[in-house]
Amino acid sequence: MNPYASTGSVSTVAASAAGANNLAQRDPSGRPTPPMPAGEVTCRLLALVRPHAVAFAASFVAATVSVLLQLYVPIIIGEGIDLIVSAGHVDLDALMPLLARLAAVVLGASLAQWVQSFCVNRLAYATVRDLRVQASEKVGRMPISFIDAHPHGDLISRVVNDVDLVGDGLLQGLTQLFTGVVTIVGTLAFMLALSVPMALVVVLATPLSIAAASAIARFSNRSFADQQGILGQIGGHIEEYVGSQRLVSAFAFGDRAEDRFDALNRELYVAGERAQFLSSLSNPGTRFINNLIYGAVAVIGCTCAITGWPAPLTVGGVQVFLSYANQYTKPFSEITSVITQVQTAYASARRLFALLDAEEEEPDAADALELAGARGEVELADVAFSYVKDRPLLRDIRVKAEPGMRFALVGPTGCGKTTLINLLLRFYDVDDGSVRIDGHDVRDITRASLRRSFGMVLQDAWLFEGTIAENIAYGRPDATRDEVVDAARRAHADGFIEALPEGYDTVISEDGGSFSQGQRQLLCIARVMLTDPAVLLLDEATSSIDTRTELQVQAAFDELMRGRTSFVVAHRLSTIQGADCILVMRDGEIIERGTHAELLERDGFYASLHAAQFAGAEG
Amino acid sequence: MLEILKRFWRPYRANLIVGPACKLIEVLFDLLTPLVVARMIDEGIRSRDMDTVLRYGLVLLAMAVAGILFALVCQKMASRASQGIGTDVRRDLYARINEFSYAELDRFGTPSLVTRITNDVNQIQLAVALAIRQLIRWPFLAVGSMAAALLIDPLLGTVFIVTAPVIGGVFWWVMARTIPLYRRIQAMLDRVGLITREGLSGVRVIRAFVREEHERTRFREAADGQMRLSVAVGRLNALLNPATFLIMNLGICVILWQGGLAVGIGRLTQGEIVAIVNYMTQTLLSIVYVANLVIVFTRASASSSRVLEVLDCEPSIVSPERARVPAHTADAPAIRLDRASFAFGEAAAPAVDGISLELPAGATLGVIGGTGSGKSTLISLLPRLYDTTSGTVEILGADVRSWPLDELRRTIGLVPQAASLVSGTIRSNLLWRDPAAADDELWRALDTAQAGEFVRKLPEGLDAPVEAGGRNFSGGQRQRLTIARALVGATRILILDDAASALDLRTDAALREAVRRRAEASDTPLTTVIVSQRVSSVRTADQILVMRRGRAVGLGTHDGLLASCAVYREICASQGVAVPPAATGEEVSA
Repeated sequence: MNPYASTGSVSTVAASAAGANNLAQRDPSGRPTPPMPAGEVTCRLLALVRPHAVAFAASFVAATVSVLLQLYVPIIIGEGIDLIVSAGHVDLDALMPLLARLAAVVLGASLAQWVQSFCVNRLAYATVRDLRVQASEKVGRMPISFIDAHPHGDLISRVVNDVDLVGDGLLQGLTQLFTGVVTIVGTLAFMLALSVPMALVVVLATPLSIAAASAIARFSNRSFADQQGILGQIGGHIEEYVGSQRLVSAFAFGDRAEDRFDALNRELYVAGERAQFLSSLSNPGTRFINNLIYGAVAVIGCTCAITGWPAPLTVGGVQVFLSYANQYTKPFSEITSVITQVQTAYASARRLFALLDAEEEEPDAADALELAGARGEVELADVAFSYVKDRPLLRDIRVKAEPGMRFALVGPTGCGKTTLINLLLRFYDVDDGSVRIDGHDVRDITRASLRRSFGMVLQDAWLFEGTIAENIAYGRPDATRDEVVDAARRAHADGFIEALPEGYDTVISEDGGSFSQGQRQLLCIARVMLTDPAVLLLDEATSSIDTRTELQVQAAFDELMRGRTSFVVAHRLSTIQGADCILVMRDGEIIERGTHAELLERDGFYASLHAAQFAGAEG
Repeated sequence: MLEILKRFWRPYRANLIVGPACKLIEVLFDLLTPLVVARMIDEGIRSRDMDTVLRYGLVLLAMAVAGILFALVCQKMASRASQGIGTDVRRDLYARINEFSYAELDRFGTPSLVTRITNDVNQIQLAVALAIRQLIRWPFLAVGSMAAALLIDPLLGTVFIVTAPVIGGVFWWVMARTIPLYRRIQAMLDRVGLITREGLSGVRVIRAFVREEHERTRFREAADGQMRLSVAVGRLNALLNPATFLIMNLGICVILWQGGLAVGIGRLTQGEIVAIVNYMTQTLLSIVYVANLVIVFTRASASSSRVLEVLDCEPSIVSPERARVPAHTADAPAIRLDRASFAFGEAAAPAVDGISLELPAGATLGVIGGTGSGKSTLISLLPRLYDTTSGTVEILGADVRSWPLDELRRTIGLVPQAASLVSGTIRSNLLWRDPAAADDELWRALDTAQAGEFVRKLPEGLDAPVEAGGRNFSGGQRQRLTIARALVGATRILILDDAASALDLRTDAALREAVRRRAEASDTPLTTVIVSQRVSSVRTADQILVMRRGRAVGLGTHDGLLASCAVYREICASQGVAVPPAATGEEVSA
């Protein structure tokens, strides 16, 4: 373990939010196409919901029924109150059926409300699941070129966040929006039916409370921005200094770091207190306005009841308006918050559909060959390739490897060594020429059987969250524990594994966590030791391992490579001197080929590379 | 949550008393409103007296105005107290993290500490604010409405005594089941993200090993699991609204029925019935809010136990009390290790295993060994970043445990493996060890570290900006700056932990030469420890320690080790360093 390594990047999540528009749709000529029209988005979302169409329709019907019944309740209560005027003026004969009606309406409203939540719930989460699996499997079918070209954070946020936002915003948001609109229209209709002037009082007064709320919001937003600025600074300080806490304590720098933190913390207090106070005004503020409206409704209602001007009203009617006045602003503020949610959801849906519409990797041909028991003859015939059109990378690559031959690739960074490996495994397809295994063009072989014929170790050592044993057995999940231990031993990884408290059952945290780059490479080497490929590809597989362990691992590789064709990309020339053929690459071309001795004798580019690397060894 | 309050409430006691008191008064006005309206109906409408109606209307207006004034005071008190407590918790937490030694940092992990000091403290702050602003309001409103109803008519009031606990019980029943599930849903969602991330970063390995189907299954399982849990939670939540609506309105049914009878015999008035119905609605609304508060407080209580865990974690390495810088004689060894051992956990194999050595002041020690052989851990024992599990470490003749911690760490200049700087300027980074160092000293350190040349070329020189981590400099430049940083101040022992890995061989050699010259030129001897995988970096050292799996497998000079240590010979051979065949023991005996 490396005691100085910070335990992981804290900012990955934040960083992943960036680059959101990278998957912007482009037409073939590269111009961005206009965003998908909202109508089309809606249609496609409805298509997603189609398997649950019954539940979808039911939820809307239930919502309408529930809202209308709920609004009817205060009216029945009001009528009930009008039946209870004073001593001797209580109409019990009429009251009892009325109460039965009230109970029935309440029961119906509750039931409808429950049916609505039940349907929306099922519908929303099933759709979220479907959408998420679709998006994830879509990524699985995309060509590697696509995955290389897009920021991973962006793709992850589509699969995780965007799907959730669509679920929340569109399904739940839309039903809330619908409920809100029905409530507003329904309340308005009921109030107008009861008393036009009173309805006007409520309708005209409500904008006041909405305006007050938005004024306070505007006011507090400014101080929130101030607070956000300082929060950003303090967050930066924490990420940086707690992130390098090991350094801070090794340098006894703690006191001074603390002084800086305290200063920021005090600034945060001032800004935060102000922002909090201003934003906390919104509830009392709207409550104040609502109280005023409530008072006005009570006074005007009573006036109506007494004088019959501007319209006659009963005491029960006053009660109905009092409860409507209490409720009427609620759907408005709900709709305002839901509308932003729905807008976000549409943006998310657009991003998801852009992913789902991206062009997939061409599937295996129907008559593709199942390659079994490959001999390991590899041929690159006149291969040309480029990642970006008009910027050719590989040209005229001609290599023929008989089964069992050992090839090495050397050359400066960016000369195309790793690209060659991408072509062999068909992560990318050649532009021209062909790659052949046992005489078959790789494009005529199923990808799965082609890749099973290869074993590979790459420079960036990929581990997943799981135990060490599971990581080693990734290529052969059926391997026994003994086989796993044996593979680790051959890769010289057993030493550090056994020093861990949990040994082979140690769970590797995301992205390899506390293991050094060298240890991670050893685990990846152990992984390939368990497989039995016809061709072995090593791309800088030992670049982070110390030279002595490297020599030992090299011996294990020699063992593994016996009888197999192999391609080794290496930076340290000492590791490839035993190759049957060294291919020296430069600017996408093979400029020299031969054994180590032949190339030294030729005194060309390879010889100069060799001289440069070994000159310092004696220093 | 209470524990946090108990520790931090004191400076804000005035706010914590005045705030809720004002809130209580505001709630009282809210409670009186239905009563006033009842009077308005009963007195005004019955006597058809507009003046009475208007008078009560003015009372309503006055109550609304007074209500908002008290509310404002309460909000001010709440924002002061909660922000203040948050600020204090944050300050103490940061101070505590600063005292942590590597063992505690290993235990919590950096990302977790960052979450605790940011997110968790914010949750606590929010909970305190809500406690003042709402925890008083809603329960008081609920209880107050019930009390008011009971005051109007004890018989009808019993309806409240039945319905309110039933509604509360429904909430309790639902939330006791859903709150633990929320945590599991979040964990499932994190897992979905993790599998997606791994699928992208490992796309080549997954496809090369043809494990796409396995990854698809893994993802489906996570997505299905998340759906099942979400649906289960949703199903429980779907009960809440209909159930409360039903219970409340059935209560109103009973009130109208019994109320009708009561008005019939003249025990109650119409207005009073209206008031009781309004109190019923208010009670329900309050219970809903209380339920929301419960969620906030559950979250805050999880946060506060995470914060307390840090606050209560005593750092394992602290400066000894009343420690003084040990007096050291010139001939005391700079570093002495006596069977020093260290393991990361009780069950773990030792990472450093019984190492003994003695290095005279002014000498150079080379430490060489493979990946994971314990080199970095060994040198972490010198500035007491870890304490040995057994054996002792002495610096300048005194046990490290007797040194004042800060003095010990100022005596040792450490250049860690990962070359990282903090944002600021080159100057601010170089002043880490000695804030008072003069520019001359900084330039001397830069020159020794072979960094003087490129820093001079920067237009701003020492004031050139440094971005977080130092990412605006190349790996080699960054490494040289961290070396310079370790040379500023009263450095007696310089430790280079694989610090030259990004330097080319020529610069590496020049660096070692400059360090040697500097050591010779100064009055107090500079002792150097060089950890490396390169033989070329350590071969000129006075002593070379060869490590393997935490143990010393060789200690001596280059020539001596070539003769006696097989591991050292293998390392040399693997790096193309000439190994004289005559010197190898086996071959001599063969």
